[in-house]
Amino acid sequence: MMLQLYQVALRSRLLLGTARYPSPALLAAAVRAARAEVVTVSLRRESGGERAGQAFWSLIRELGVRVLPNTAGCHTVKEAVTTAHMAREVFGTTWIKLEVIGEDDTLQPDVFGLTEAAAVLSGEGFEVFPYTTEDLVVAERLLAAGCRVLMPWGAPIGSGRGLNNLFGLTALRAHFPEVPLIIDAGLGVPSHAARALELGFDAVLINTAVAQARDPVQMAAAFAQAVEAGAAARLAGPIEPRDMAAPSTPLLGTAFRG
Amino acid sequence: MKIVVNGAVRETTAAELTRLLEELGYGASVVSTAVNGEFVAVSARARTALADGDRIEVLAPMQGG
Repeated sequence: MMLQLYQVALRSRLLLGTARYPSPALLAAAVRAARAEVVTVSLRRESGGERAGQAFWSLIRELGVRVLPNTAGCHTVKEAVTTAHMAREVFGTTWIKLEVIGEDDTLQPDVFGLTEAAAVLSGEGFEVFPYTTEDLVVAERLLAAGCRVLMPWGAPIGSGRGLNNLFGLTALRAHFPEVPLIIDAGLGVPSHAARALELGFDAVLINTAVAQARDPVQMAAAFAQAVEAGAAARLAGPIEPRDMAAPSTPLLGTAFRG
Repeated sequence: MKIVVNGAVRETTAAELTRLLEELGYGASVVSTAVNGEFVAVSARARTALADGDRIEVLAPMQGG
């Protein structure tokens, strides 16, 4: 089954961030090892004559992947909307990972600014991927604002803590069965990603856990396997946990009994 | 006149944005621009006049999560 994000069908359910790799070569190798079809990118100030941004952009284009620009670092609706406009021009896509940060210690989204910015950008023809929490009411507002994909956090960005609020995330999944949900942020190890897919989330976005691993390329491959395993398990229909043992070996004809 | 480019104060004689980017050495670089917090598209740069105290952002692609 393909993953459908706006009108785009994707085979891979692992989206990869491009920040914090030890080198551009390792970034490129990690994207390939992850078999990622979508990578996140950003914008930053660059002085004339500096060419870092141009080199990075050439590298991404050579990889032949779709880009999802973000509005990282934006704290207001105005900043996020302007950054989205700038990203659309530079990257040539209407996709935008919308971040409006409300709190610096947790990088928790400002969900009030987020819904406002999402409405503005959706109205302007952007296809918005909002970085949000697991809050059901906020999710409802984002959908009403025009979002067709939601990106709830697993845990604070870069924390590697996994699915922090399992109850809330499970409720979100159950509440919006038709909406593509991508766990964005906070996953640390492949088992977190497998869990997310097993629970029915459509995809995960990983950055720090791969980029800062001792071997980012091997970790990218490990996440790819975990995501595939989790998605396959979801399709296969996991059993319900139970409190008591249930013998797996048939009891009929057991020796020395009766 | 004095303007602020990416947070740093500079002196310029450029009357509009295209001229300023040339003056600052951006050449053919892929960058995106904003003046006083408003996005200015490539096609609008030449007709975007600059005034004393303007705050200009020049952004380029970078790694992101």
